[in-house]
Amino acid sequence: MEDITPFLLSLLSKPGISGYEESVSEIIADRWRPLVDELTISPLRSLHGLRKAATNERRPTLMIAAHMDAIGLMVKTINHGFFTITTVGGIDPRVLPGQLVTVHGKKELPGLVQLMPDRLLNNETASKAPTKNQLFVDTGLTQKELADLVKPGDLISFAQPPFEMTGGYIAGHSLDNRASVAALTLCLEEIKNYNLDCNVVAAATVQEELHGIGAATSTFSVRPDLAFAVDVTFAKGPGSNDYRTFSLGEGPAIGLGANNHPALTQKMTSLAEELDIPYFIEAMPTSSGTDGMAMQITANGIPTQVLSMSLRYMHTSVEMTSLKDIARTGRLLARFITDLNPDSFSKLFEEKTL
Amino acid sequence: MSPQTKQVLRVGKAQLDLLEELTNANGVSGNEIEIREIIRKKVAPFADEIKVDGMGNLLVIKHAKKPNAIKVMLDAHMDEVGFMIVEEDGDGLYEFEHVGGGDERQFVSKPVSVGSQKLPGVIGSKPIHLASEDEMNAVISQQGMRIDLGPAGKGKAKRGDYAAYATKFIRSGDAIFAKALDNRLGCATLIELLKTAPEHIELLAAFTVQEEIGLRGAKVAAYDFYPQMAIAVDSTPAFDFERPDGNENTEYNCKLGGGPAIYIADRGTLSDPRLIRFLTQVAEENKINYQYRQPGGGGTDAGALHLTRGGIPSVSVSVPGRYAHTAVMLARISDWQDTLNLLQQALAAWTPEILSGDRA
Amino acid sequence: MKTLLKKLTETASPSGYESAIREVIRAEISSLSTNIKVDALGNLIVTMGKKTDNGLRVMIAAHMDEIGVIVSYVEKTGLVRFSNLGTILPQYLAGSRVVFLNGARGVINHDLPDDLHKIMPLNKHFIDVGATSDKDCLLKIGDVGVIDRSFVDLGKRVSAKSMDDRVACAVMIETMKKIKNNPHELVFVFSTQEEVQCKGATTAAYEIEPDLGIALDVTPSLDILGIKMQVDLGKGPAIKVRDMGMLSDPRVVSWMESTAKKNKIAYQLEVLDVGTTDAKVMQISKAGLPSGALSIPCRYVHSPSEVVDMDDVQATVNLLSALLNNPISL
Repeated sequence: MEDITPFLLSLLSKPGISGYEESVSEIIADRWRPLVDELTISPLRSLHGLRKAATNERRPTLMIAAHMDAIGLMVKTINHGFFTITTVGGIDPRVLPGQLVTVHGKKELPGLVQLMPDRLLNNETASKAPTKNQLFVDTGLTQKELADLVKPGDLISFAQPPFEMTGGYIAGHSLDNRASVAALTLCLEEIKNYNLDCNVVAAATVQEELHGIGAATSTFSVRPDLAFAVDVTFAKGPGSNDYRTFSLGEGPAIGLGANNHPALTQKMTSLAEELDIPYFIEAMPTSSGTDGMAMQITANGIPTQVLSMSLRYMHTSVEMTSLKDIARTGRLLARFITDLNPDSFSKLFEEKTL
Repeated sequence: MSPQTKQVLRVGKAQLDLLEELTNANGVSGNEIEIREIIRKKVAPFADEIKVDGMGNLLVIKHAKKPNAIKVMLDAHMDEVGFMIVEEDGDGLYEFEHVGGGDERQFVSKPVSVGSQKLPGVIGSKPIHLASEDEMNAVISQQGMRIDLGPAGKGKAKRGDYAAYATKFIRSGDAIFAKALDNRLGCATLIELLKTAPEHIELLAAFTVQEEIGLRGAKVAAYDFYPQMAIAVDSTPAFDFERPDGNENTEYNCKLGGGPAIYIADRGTLSDPRLIRFLTQVAEENKINYQYRQPGGGGTDAGALHLTRGGIPSVSVSVPGRYAHTAVMLARISDWQDTLNLLQQALAAWTPEILSGDRA
Repeated sequence: MKTLLKKLTETASPSGYESAIREVIRAEISSLSTNIKVDALGNLIVTMGKKTDNGLRVMIAAHMDEIGVIVSYVEKTGLVRFSNLGTILPQYLAGSRVVFLNGARGVINHDLPDDLHKIMPLNKHFIDVGATSDKDCLLKIGDVGVIDRSFVDLGKRVSAKSMDDRVACAVMIETMKKIKNNPHELVFVFSTQEEVQCKGATTAAYEIEPDLGIALDVTPSLDILGIKMQVDLGKGPAIKVRDMGMLSDPRVVSWMESTAKKNKIAYQLEVLDVGTTDAKVMQISKAGLPSGALSIPCRYVHSPSEVVDMDDVQATVNLLSALLNNPISL
């Protein structure tokens, strides 16, 4: 299988902040074009790549979806050359002081998120955990030098470049969820030379991090017969050690619980066993916190399964994940697809009750 | 920089490349070897004497070409704040301590470079999704963070390994972003001044160690050199922000863009008034943008220098910089250039009369 | 336009009970289109024009409901406890007057406070309609009312209750009068129940299936409080970049910006951390659609005396007309 790292690094090099995914979508489209029969863009600009079944007869449609957007920041006001900010997506303000960022104004400017020195604060706010209202971005340029380069609403993305770690791991911002986009891509590559007995729509969806609206609208237009939401989950790490966390690099997590169709959960588990792919069962007592939630309740309801790769330091500039788990996830999905035909599809749901 | 400024030295590509090399290299207090080796190579072509003392200070001498020249010591510390690995936690995770002054709110979510092999790592903590509301309202404590080399980094680092921020130098117009501008700006300044040292001065340049943990290197360097006057060249924080409560900012320390900050008083030193007057006069005569650092806390190597042996008339001059002791500092090229020129002009204008009277 | 604004803001129609305002608006626009409907949730839907080859089906929504109160309990003393329809801000309540759709009028006050400096929560407030006991009280559980406050002309600026969002209804009505020969199918929706989570626009968008959605609403301007907000009163309509509920489609933002520039209409950019508008639900209707919003800057939103600037109002009409009377390419 091809090394996905260069592609993943190129995905990480683009901001693609929620609602503004074009830059990353273009890279994905270029990579997917030779792998699919049709490439379309939804009204909200999610990217849909269709692999058709090798027959004109009606076949089940499977959707594999991963959101391509990333968290980021936005300029709120401009004050003496400094910008007040708001967040796009869930960012812990406490990880922001000292972060290098790119301000996407009329031109791209390097900047730095910082907090007020304690000496300029009153006792209630000094030395406390910073809130987003107390943080600002400094470009080092004066108001005069900035002129009209930046205006309210301009985006700010993490500028910390991604880097490879010892032994097959990668660290950087936006691995949530570009790692899953890479897994989808590996899956498309793996099924490239197969004649399929089902239709497959790979979807790189928008705005998961902000309002969770991309996957729902994509699912509405694709109307798949079953769907996979591919996302990241928590790896064990500092302060992260409960049942919601999984050893990093030791296999993908297969969701179990109301957001997952039991037939799909079971099928994925047995496929992993068969392929000798290590995996975890991720208990999802109520909801998955992924696009899978909206996908499942779209239109008249879609059997949905959540598949995740574990990742440390989610929603920081130094998210860390395993390249091996990306490959494993891609392979699992590919095998599910190549096994799927009208027969196996109807068998899948035959004896299962919800 | 104002247009009428008489500039002798310019900060051009060569100077910025030098600063980039110095800031991208790691030299946490107690482990300054990488910085020392870079500087040693840079000064070798024009230094008359180079030695490393028992603490690790790099002592460089450029002899005067005239007899009975005054001995002037320039001091810049090489070390930077950083981290030390203190315990392995398994799974590529390591407990660490901070080396030097720092605010733990600045540590998390930064890439670091660990040990002499420069292993890539990150400082991580519990993600927002798993944090309770109470936790979200509290500062992320150092105890809750780990330096993480990834699962394959298990056993790769050992207790006592140093770690530095892995920030890379960035230039944006007149602004520069880098780690350790405190005090590689000072180191680069001394390197440039050594190149252009005037003939009537015995120039003693000390690139010192362990400033961030108590001015330790400067103390012994000054003992060795025992100069007739000393200038510590450092970086000082600019807190030049609008106060969030709208009141006037009366504690800005110094301002970015305000030129070199001449010290009058800090926690450790009352600068020699004759030297303050002299530097001010040089700046005025040469129309060099300058400012007085607000008297107050903080300190430089001058705190050690002026108390050495029988006492050494000392002063500090700093390049203003924002966000000292964090992963990324911010400074202005024009401030550095003004600092270089102030010091260059001061050395050139030096006469023994300046210190001939008694200290006020 | 002040006359229209007075008429609209002095009509009592809280969320879910919009029939009075609907009839006032219907009278204003009945001559402008032959295609006027009221749907299941009470939205007043006015279609103008046909979609041509270089046109789109555009849904423009201004909500006609306002925040209100609903009776939850009548005490033996005759005092009335109430709940909210939409976001009622308790700090504005004590001393306010209310008028109910059944004609009853009353005044609001609150229980004895423990701490004079604290704002009392809604459930510590009551309405006094002059009753001596529950027997002669004019109100019963479920009766709905709104703040009783008349329109006041302050010159360049005007104040009234329910500027949110009657000022946008006025803007939409005035814009509809300026629509001519446009290439689009314009579907103007005076929507219901926006203050209780944009319910009217949700179902309207589902039925209309627009290609593009625009919401007209107010945005808070706190330019007088020293809190630096993005939007000032008197500096023109605000093109919404985001609010708490949605990100405007960037294509819509740049279309609005370039249209404003081309027509030399001063505008502002809105980055808001609170609230949302009907555009939120249009954006995610069915397979999704590009959506955005134009906001009229408004001080003291959700108070009994909201203030807008008439120049902003007129400029919003001008910008919206310019947007809709020309071909749209996103």
